[in-house]
Amino acid sequence: MIRKTRSHININEQLLFEMSSPGKKAYQLPPLDVPAVDAAAALGGGGTRESIEDFPEVSEVEVIRHYTRLSTWNYAIDLGMFPLGSCTMKYNPRINEVVARTEGLAWAHPYQPDALSQGAMEVMAHLESALAEITGMDAVTLQPAAGAHGEMTGILLIRAALEKRGDARKKILVPDSAHGTNPATAAMAGYGVANLKSNSLGMVDVATLEQEMTGEIAGLMITNPNTVGVFEENIARICEVVHAKGGLVYMDGANMNALVGVARPGDFGIDVMHLNLHKTFSTPHGGGGPGSGAVACKAELAPHLPGPRLARVDGAWRWNYDLPESIGRVRAFYGNFGVLVRALAYILAHGGNGLTNATLDAILNANYIRKLLQPFYDLPYQSPSMHEVVFSDDRQAKNGVRTGDIAKRLIDYGFHPYTVSFPLIVHGALMIEPTETESKPEIDLFVDAMISIAGEIETNPALVTGAPYLTRTTRVDEVTAARKPVVRWRRPA
Amino acid sequence: MSTYPENFRYTKEHEWVSVGGETSRIGITDHAQKELGDIVYVDLPKVGAALSPGAAFGSVESVKAVSDIYAPVSGEVLAVNEALAATPETLNSDAHGDGWLVEVRLANAGELGGLMTAAQYEAYLGGAAH
Amino acid sequence: MRYLPKSDSERAEMLTALGVASLEDLVKHLPAEVRLNRPLNLAPGISEYEIVDYFKARGAEGAAGYASLLGAGVYNHFRPVMCDTVVTRGEFLTSYTPYQAEMAQGTLTTIFEFQTMICQLTGMEVANASMYDGSSAAPEAAMMAARITGRDRILAARSVHPEYREVLRTYALHQGLPVAEFGYDARSGQVDMDDLRAKIDGDTAAVVIQSPNFFGIIEQVEELAELAHRHGALLVFLFTEAVSLGLLAPPRAADIVAGELQSFAIPPSYGGPYAGVIATKEKFIRQIPGRLVGETKDSEGRRAFCLTLATREQHIRREKATSNICTNQALIALMAAVYMAVYGKQGLRELAEQNLAKTHYLAAKLPRRFTGPFFNEFAAVAGPKGVAAINDELLGRKIVGGLDLGRHYPELAGSMLLCATEMVKRETLDAVAEVWG
Repeated sequence: MIRKTRSHININEQLLFEMSSPGKKAYQLPPLDVPAVDAAAALGGGGTRESIEDFPEVSEVEVIRHYTRLSTWNYAIDLGMFPLGSCTMKYNPRINEVVARTEGLAWAHPYQPDALSQGAMEVMAHLESALAEITGMDAVTLQPAAGAHGEMTGILLIRAALEKRGDARKKILVPDSAHGTNPATAAMAGYGVANLKSNSLGMVDVATLEQEMTGEIAGLMITNPNTVGVFEENIARICEVVHAKGGLVYMDGANMNALVGVARPGDFGIDVMHLNLHKTFSTPHGGGGPGSGAVACKAELAPHLPGPRLARVDGAWRWNYDLPESIGRVRAFYGNFGVLVRALAYILAHGGNGLTNATLDAILNANYIRKLLQPFYDLPYQSPSMHEVVFSDDRQAKNGVRTGDIAKRLIDYGFHPYTVSFPLIVHGALMIEPTETESKPEIDLFVDAMISIAGEIETNPALVTGAPYLTRTTRVDEVTAARKPVVRWRRPA
Repeated sequence: MSTYPENFRYTKEHEWVSVGGETSRIGITDHAQKELGDIVYVDLPKVGAALSPGAAFGSVESVKAVSDIYAPVSGEVLAVNEALAATPETLNSDAHGDGWLVEVRLANAGELGGLMTAAQYEAYLGGAAH
Repeated sequence: MRYLPKSDSERAEMLTALGVASLEDLVKHLPAEVRLNRPLNLAPGISEYEIVDYFKARGAEGAAGYASLLGAGVYNHFRPVMCDTVVTRGEFLTSYTPYQAEMAQGTLTTIFEFQTMICQLTGMEVANASMYDGSSAAPEAAMMAARITGRDRILAARSVHPEYREVLRTYALHQGLPVAEFGYDARSGQVDMDDLRAKIDGDTAAVVIQSPNFFGIIEQVEELAELAHRHGALLVFLFTEAVSLGLLAPPRAADIVAGELQSFAIPPSYGGPYAGVIATKEKFIRQIPGRLVGETKDSEGRRAFCLTLATREQHIRREKATSNICTNQALIALMAAVYMAVYGKQGLRELAEQNLAKTHYLAAKLPRRFTGPFFNEFAAVAGPKGVAAINDELLGRKIVGGLDLGRHYPELAGSMLLCATEMVKRETLDAVAEVWG
């Protein structure tokens, strides 16, 4: 039975371009307090444009209604559980939004004098040191704009450190359970990719690693806990094997929210890792960004970090650009500062013990779901779960229902789907990550929904394969979208 | 369409190559198009490209997957099926006919001997644990 | 902890269901040698009140209350209230990348409109859902040109933002794409066409320029495009000041446009988060990196939107993807979209005209370093007083002065880059002229 939702009026809305009418306005500028300048004269006749063809012309009331109506077509964490595995959709504390808008921070120009930027620099230094403590690493850069950007930075650090040792090597080892960004990142850093097969427990197999870890391998990119939500119990040994053969170990920190306060990558042998501040440290996903991909590393790699670096000189912060061994910039300025403010606010709110408690609650939630759903869905890997659990659709596939269908049916029950068909090592994966944000009643509703769907698949599989029914938009034709891409509005002829 | 033409030879990677003419066409099998699902895009080589057996010469895409296409034989590409750019769905509806990918001049007709006949391919499909 | 929504008894119930005695039991399978056997060395958690206090204090150590003439890739424009009103709605703020189209039509529709408005602004045919920022969009555009042309040499103008060029070098180095630079005309501040002619050749994949360039000077895009095309190269057009497109001719002659949208309601925020974008011709759509939203129908034939052409991306093509980029900057792009909707066709032009007027008012009072046409930024020669002394004096009047150009261009020591947006009042501009003496 569907308990969480019932139908509700939902308002249709045109596109901005379709509601435009010449002369409508949503703005008013103050009077110009200097003489106007003739644009064509100042810029040359060919240098200016007549108008921006088909650009919106709408009123203020229409703008607010437009976006408010569109907002109601979305699901969000604020509406309920968002069990996307690996994506870590946790509550985004509202105080973080408030402090990120603090005038002296939000309006700080990146080139204003260091003397007028001490507060912003202090925020960054404070966050760097907190992240170093949480990861057990020696140095942190906050420059990368997102997780994948952090990965690229990290792999370039490995390249720089190995080049300094005189042997940059050619390939990066990537387990077959890894996020797609890992091999794509290795390629962007100019490395080839060697795949590493997982063992029957869903973990990196030490014996296989020993064989694959040859002299041409620069390093291993490992996710821990891995993408089946399992802690790599041989992690210390894995790092030793890579180090003994002259390589370095990169950790994809996408799942760091399972480790904060419990174990530190720096302590178990990781050389460099990124942190998705928008996952572990609660900064809003915002419908797909902005993120922030801080990178933490050991002392050997620190001289290669992107510049500039914060330096404390005579009791004040300043930016140090004199970094001869740096890999160079990965983006302009210093990083996604507004995201950093939010992440620090999250850390300040929790404190050390609070962060550890959050980790344990996330693990509790995942294991509780695993326990209650295990009678109904196949669990391909039996190793203990950390913060997420991965089922397969093997049992449901016998009735012709696949993970993607179950996901769509879950929408009718009032939940965002889990992660569908990832990791690739699980056939028909259902990857569920509740995070610490979910209350027991919300999780119980979710479990009920999943059990109810399992029942529907037994009795009426077509009901599930035709879902969703209760959304304003029924199943979307992605095939036509890809065959005949229409990626912009055009005025009808 | 469930039968596999007798005048084709087949690979384990589910490509076909036509035999018996001056030139040969290459495509993917009906089985392959079914596995891929709705095909949305086909990436093909340029005319004049050289194919070598076992090497990827193009790819087919569904909404959420990309599969490389491997050359069954060596040869020079004489023509590519331009129509697929506008109607990739032809690969789903007629994989063995209008859904051909490239036309080649075989460099070594002897290579065909290493490929499967229709009967062998159907037996292979029957036994493959896909 | 106030963000953890469980009572002790609920936790106990859940632990009982799992058959374990304590939370600690859930991690006891971790090998002892990897466990952290002490509390994290971080201060205890604090209240909302204390958090506000902490950041207020940090903000007070900044430039609040100062007028500013800084530009150089980050611009102080007024932020219409509407922009924050929309982006703080939880349905946008706390949603995810719209993979599940049926419950993300809101985000998908806003991105489709965003892509359309970027096309209208730039004169391109397709635009992506956004990139991290302008500086990382630049190398992605150059890499895209290399894929399209099958060539590997990148030629970048020295008048492109210096930090963008640094990022371009970092990315290109490991892609095996050699980057060479060509100069600017010492008098006009525009691209030195002779230098470009001397350096471009049959291996050049992309000519990368910025307009208005780092010195605020407007480049001759058509002439540059013609030269690039004559050698079979693509013209990559970068912009850092999006407001300029309200007034300047769209760069239709370019092949790829990559830029930064910070000017569109995105707070300077000490350097980020911002939103970049890449726009191009329809024929290059499969080489564009990042997310794309496309129009389609639902099973009942109604208009709907979804992410499309995903096979270009890392989660499918892995090491052969067009980029490793995963996220876009959806929420920031939404801010920019609301901004474009608020100002609209007339407003963006009026706004650009105000910027032009303010800057030209100031420029008329100061010695300009370059003669080329400029929009809302220009290089001024500091004269005998020197850049540092002028800026110090301005700071004394609560004005943050210009960027010392000698920092990135040794040959331009003694000049500074000044920007006067609609936010700068006439009194401030007069004060600057006064300090110049």
